[in-house]
Amino acid sequence: MSEGMQQIQIVQNEDEWLEDQVRRSVFVASWDKVIDKIIDPLYNWGRRNSVWPIGFGLACCAIEMICTSASRFDISRFGMELFRASPRQADLMIVSGTVTKKMLPAVVRLYNQMAEPKYVLAMGACASAGGPFKEGYNVVSGLDKFIPIDVYVPGCPPTPQALLNGLMTLQKKIDKQTIREAAWYKKGQAEAIPDPVLGPDLIDARRAEEITMLAHAPDQLATRAIKIQTKAETKHEKK
Amino acid sequence: MAVNAPPAETKPLSANDPQTIAEQIKTKFPDALESASAQGIVIKRDHLLEVARHLRESLTFDYLNNVTSVDFPDRFEVVYHVSSIDRGGAPLTLKVNAARENPVVPSLVPVYRGADFQEREVYDMMGIRFDGHPYLRRILMWDGFEGYPLRKDYHEPYFEDEKKPFGTRWDQGHHVIAEDRNPWHDNVQYPANFDAVAFKAQIDTVREQTLPDVSPTRLKTEKMILNIGPQHPSTHGVLRLKTTLDGETIVGVEPVLGYLHRNHEKIGERNTYLGNIPFTDRLDYFTSMNNNHAYVIGVEKLMGLRVPERAEYIRVIMAELTRVISHMALMGFMYNDLGAFYTPLIYALEERELVLDMFEAASGSRMMCNYMRFGGVARDLPDGFLDKAKHLVEERFPRVLDELETYLTGNEIFLARTKGVGVISREDAINYSTAGPVLRGSGAKYDVRRAEPYSIYDRFDFDIPVGTAGDVRDRFLMRLWEARQSLRILKQALKDIPAGEIMTGKKNYQIRVPKGEVYGRGENPKGELGFYIVSDGTPNPYRYHIRAPSFINLTALDRMSKGYKVADLIIILGSHDVVMGEVDR
Repeated sequence: MSEGMQQIQIVQNEDEWLEDQVRRSVFVASWDKVIDKIIDPLYNWGRRNSVWPIGFGLACCAIEMICTSASRFDISRFGMELFRASPRQADLMIVSGTVTKKMLPAVVRLYNQMAEPKYVLAMGACASAGGPFKEGYNVVSGLDKFIPIDVYVPGCPPTPQALLNGLMTLQKKIDKQTIREAAWYKKGQAEAIPDPVLGPDLIDARRAEEITMLAHAPDQLATRAIKIQTKAETKHEKK
Repeated sequence: MAVNAPPAETKPLSANDPQTIAEQIKTKFPDALESASAQGIVIKRDHLLEVARHLRESLTFDYLNNVTSVDFPDRFEVVYHVSSIDRGGAPLTLKVNAARENPVVPSLVPVYRGADFQEREVYDMMGIRFDGHPYLRRILMWDGFEGYPLRKDYHEPYFEDEKKPFGTRWDQGHHVIAEDRNPWHDNVQYPANFDAVAFKAQIDTVREQTLPDVSPTRLKTEKMILNIGPQHPSTHGVLRLKTTLDGETIVGVEPVLGYLHRNHEKIGERNTYLGNIPFTDRLDYFTSMNNNHAYVIGVEKLMGLRVPERAEYIRVIMAELTRVISHMALMGFMYNDLGAFYTPLIYALEERELVLDMFEAASGSRMMCNYMRFGGVARDLPDGFLDKAKHLVEERFPRVLDELETYLTGNEIFLARTKGVGVISREDAINYSTAGPVLRGSGAKYDVRRAEPYSIYDRFDFDIPVGTAGDVRDRFLMRLWEARQSLRILKQALKDIPAGEIMTGKKNYQIRVPKGEVYGRGENPKGELGFYIVSDGTPNPYRYHIRAPSFINLTALDRMSKGYKVADLIIILGSHDVVMGEVDR
């Protein structure tokens, strides 16, 4: 067969041919397919590449966060260089440092003020679990006791590379989201996290009744603590 | 002084000798002294104010370095360190005893304004009341917090044992996490019969501010309270400023601190001496090497350790490199505060990265170096470190500093915004106990590296730049000039660094520190960083107090910004170079 000549196909079954043509040129889909194949990927693609963090430095980790946004590590490659001063314009809260009890009401309020969809990245040991300062009387041992956290980045402080890895992990998480399950597309308003109160010590408003009950029942309170041996007791036992 | 002279023994100048001073006080106030020794002069409570006034006015002890307190089993002891700006030398230690029950001590604020925040801190942490203090409120913790944390009988919720290292956490065959050891299953504790449901938090109040009379024909306007922070892009961390405004004019600024109070001192008193070194890294997280340096100097003084030559040089090289990058970064941050977002800062951070790489090679970590040890440094310098450092110090950094000077110091907007703004006079700067570039920017030539030379700073040839106007521009220029002087020191140190040991004796986890007390200090890029350590001979410090320069510098913020416009407040604060890790500790 020479070039330029069209190959003529002989149609054996007209129905099959018609179906094939329809499949090729007409988009037939269910609502599910539209969501899975078009809306979700499009939304997620946009979202993952324009995560705007709130410019919110808490402690040492904030300096590494600044280094990440500077020229060498260049956070702009991920579309995240726009550090917003206002929580209303931000999508991501990078909790960069120790959250103290005195600071916690402000952190929770900032989280509540952020517009959905919102993500939280706990940067460093302190924000994740209290870190080296966990035993301190003014330190919250892990912000996840109060607000939901999407990505934890270990380190004290995490290097900029570690933070970038955390941000890429967040992107992967965003990729897997679907509008059918995302909390912010559910009916009704999302409930704000109640502000913790600074009393004689930090009061988690959600636990206020439990605290009151326990404070009035010292016997019950005592049974809740697991005692471990102090060094002196261990020494004494060995003798 | 010759560059290679043997290290001089640091003797206190006779004018600062406690015995001599005690004699002089005795002749003036016969019954004011309780005792006097090399450890300090103990003054009777009722005479403290007049003795302090006499020291300041007649004996030229015009600078209050540090105020702290120690909780002894039978009494509280309030400790003051005073020194003279012109004379220098080791600071003089004054002490006052307070009863365990209802401790009250006269406030020194009428004599030294710099005592303001420090006394509030003592009140907050130990519950010692200061009679005559204008605004005695909690400063690091919030009002209404239960207990005085630095008292020895205060146990935090996660209390495990008095001293580290702790016993096993596996005595039940599995690890018991801190949350389970506490009955509330969180880092909290409440008094008995506490009603959390009915509890109402206290209402925030503002310190009464008065405006100096500007003009009698001024329009009568109502004062407005403007809250800045704790989350604000230009407060350099989690600082909060309760600002009282009259129109746009600042009537008063009240810094609210403690949003990053991480309990360094309480944790430090439980740690071993060695275990505190990584915590000092996290004080002023820009300058971890300098923090290490000041702390090990304090403990070495107490132990009487001598450091090998090479280690001293390594320490100085690390400390000065830190100073250069800290000052460079600050110049960028100040431009950030002026509205030049990020561009100058990115240039500064680019240089910082080069130094951080070297720190990482030497110590293993970019920021939290944890590099110095008692009697030396942790590791020797890696191969090629000195060549890289020489390249940076001799070629790259001078060029970069020239560039920064060309582009940043002559900028018209910069001059309009900074010249004559945030002025503080020399007298006020001294009286408010400011330190570092803030103090020197006002013309007081006081640098711990010269006033009480530590390490081997007495061998290097360098100047202490001083400003003249005491405004924001001078404080900005101070950073530039000081970075240049640091380069001078670095050039000499890199040339002279000898080979040899880097550590005296063996590496030791558990050092023995003899009984005694010491105030070890070093010149941080932010000012005088001091460590007041009381040792009782055990492996843990009995008292571990940090004299944080940025914290005390903030005392003067109100004085500096009064009468200026609210837009100036940000740059005035920026010129302080506050780092909240150090302010709140």
